[in-house]
Amino acid sequence: MAEIVLDGISKVFDDGFEAVKDMNLDIADGEFMILVGPSGCGKSTALRMIAGLEDISSGELKIGGETVNDRSPKDRDIAMVFQTYALYPHMTVRENMGFALKLAGADKEEINEKVEEAARTLDLEQHLDRRPANLSGGQRQRVAMGRAIVREPKAFLMDEPLSNLDAKLRVQMRTEVAKLQSKLETTTVYVTHDQTEAMTLGDRVAVMRAGVLQQVGSPAELYDNPVNLFVAGFIGSPAMNFMPGEISGDKLKLPIGEVDLGSLGDLGGGRKDGPVVAGIRPENFEDVEVVGDLKDERGITFEAEIDLVESLGSDLYAYFHIESAGVQSDQLADIVEESLDETGAGEIREGHEQIVARLDPTSKVRRREHAQLWADTAKLHLFDPENGDSLKAKSGSS
Amino acid sequence: MEQRGARDYTLWSIAILLVVMFALIPVLWLVSVSLKTPEAVTDGRFIPADISFDNYKSLFEGGIDESPFIKPLINSIVIALITTVIAITLAAFTAYAIARLEFPGKRVILAGALAIAMFPPISTVGPLFDMWRALGLYDTYLGLIIPYLTFSLPLAIYVLVAFFREIPWELEQAAQVDGATPFQAFTKVIVPLAAPGVFTAAILVFIFCWNDFLFAISLTSSDASRTVPAALAFFTGESSFTQPTGSIAAAAVVVTIPIIVFVLFFQRRIVAGLTAGAVKG
Repeated sequence: MAEIVLDGISKVFDDGFEAVKDMNLDIADGEFMILVGPSGCGKSTALRMIAGLEDISSGELKIGGETVNDRSPKDRDIAMVFQTYALYPHMTVRENMGFALKLAGADKEEINEKVEEAARTLDLEQHLDRRPANLSGGQRQRVAMGRAIVREPKAFLMDEPLSNLDAKLRVQMRTEVAKLQSKLETTTVYVTHDQTEAMTLGDRVAVMRAGVLQQVGSPAELYDNPVNLFVAGFIGSPAMNFMPGEISGDKLKLPIGEVDLGSLGDLGGGRKDGPVVAGIRPENFEDVEVVGDLKDERGITFEAEIDLVESLGSDLYAYFHIESAGVQSDQLADIVEESLDETGAGEIREGHEQIVARLDPTSKVRRREHAQLWADTAKLHLFDPENGDSLKAKSGSS
Repeated sequence: MEQRGARDYTLWSIAILLVVMFALIPVLWLVSVSLKTPEAVTDGRFIPADISFDNYKSLFEGGIDESPFIKPLINSIVIALITTVIAITLAAFTAYAIARLEFPGKRVILAGALAIAMFPPISTVGPLFDMWRALGLYDTYLGLIIPYLTFSLPLAIYVLVAFFREIPWELEQAAQVDGATPFQAFTKVIVPLAAPGVFTAAILVFIFCWNDFLFAISLTSSDASRTVPAALAFFTGESSFTQPTGSIAAAAVVVTIPIIVFVLFFQRRIVAGLTAGAVKG
């Protein structure tokens, strides 16, 4: 049991590539911390530095109050679960799980007892004498978890442990990992590129992009108050919609209508005339028919031609487009690449911005018909188009 | 589709049969000759009319002092085994470093090993002969083991580098995180997994030493260190007028047997993909 402190940690590889830049992160004792970001953002490198598998170029790493920069992995008392599981193929499940204890010189009975206890927790008892090659993907994953928990280490480090499982099993194991962690109360650092995993599992989530820590906070905090365009677009599924806007005087001009700036809450120092990027989450749209009186209180009502309707029973997703020059940002480009891979989201047409709205399932909107929609502008996010910073969020939230 | 599959199958079977026959008929011919009496050697029959084990008996007649074959056989086994053990041990460490570490001169080592492997052995025989006589290594075990190591090490290193590269690096990292020292990670995780590669390399090195004629004939002068391939050249017939064809054939059959046993014994280990199940797949 121990807290992990990253103090100004950087990693520069031999070829000059800076994978992690000046990362500061305090992980409390027993906390479940998620590192999330698109591939190549440095999250795995950060984890491997905590494990001791990569040298730390600069900065200080403390585990349980002791500086461990120069300690080899074996002296850090941490356990790691690898994406590929990295089970020893020439050993049985029992030997795999007991390997660390055997190396530590524990006696046979103690090893057996602990291995069997972990096997009970993970429902692996009947597989103890089989080899990894004869196990299914989910079972291998559990053995990898078992190998970590048997040791009762100071911290668990998990590097995308669920990404090799199929979708159904992944959801199931996600719950099990969460249960296990809350039962053991061991400090856990968990790396994933999947924002759903990040949102559902963690006590706190640290979002990274291009080696830089963007924001650290509880899932709700990240969702409600993203500090910049990247976090706003990365967290949430379907992703937040972005559209260009223009502040002039006390009005905000959007492609879907005009909003009174006063209704948007505190904009701090960001209230200047000029272009902004406006973000609105899919669930902040609603069919006018359904929304009722709320539309008279706040928000804008506008007309849109629906391109596509996806009904999931509990929700209804309506896709429409707005005429605009689009939003240009490096931060968003990073996300778009990822999400296109994952969802194959619809084509992007020149001069159009695709918008997704999550409507009430009773809504009567139809494909290729014009519909009256309402947007809850109180939930609008505004970003600086130059650096992507949020104009709304309180600075330094963590 | 099915017809084409059947035709492919037939064609492949015929091709494989031809290759196997091409390889096996000389061996069977050798066995056949070794079982013939001296008079029948030139009769041209594939299957001997009378089967006689006299040729085999003559090889071992007179025990270790008299037999022209037993001492060379022992020499061959000892020299080949010592070379194999040394070559594999050195090659395992070298190959591991090459596969896993980044260090200056890595390419030079690999290129150097390859260059040595391609070097024509015959060009080294003359100088070695002179040097070994000056150093007192001529006609000793060591005098053969050294050149064998020179030419088999590159081979072993190449085979082992290929095998070590196949082992997921994460296994070693997992071992380190589990509390293993680098040496423990190597001996408890990497070596067991590289076993098929180690055996493959061992067999290749062993066969190389076992089959060598050039160094054996050039750097030995007596039964003190002469190996079987060289000793065969000194076989004599029963009288100075009979050719020792039968006994040479018998000796050739006998020296082939250890190789066959060696390969059969380790074949399962070589073929069995021990790394299966290490990672997803």
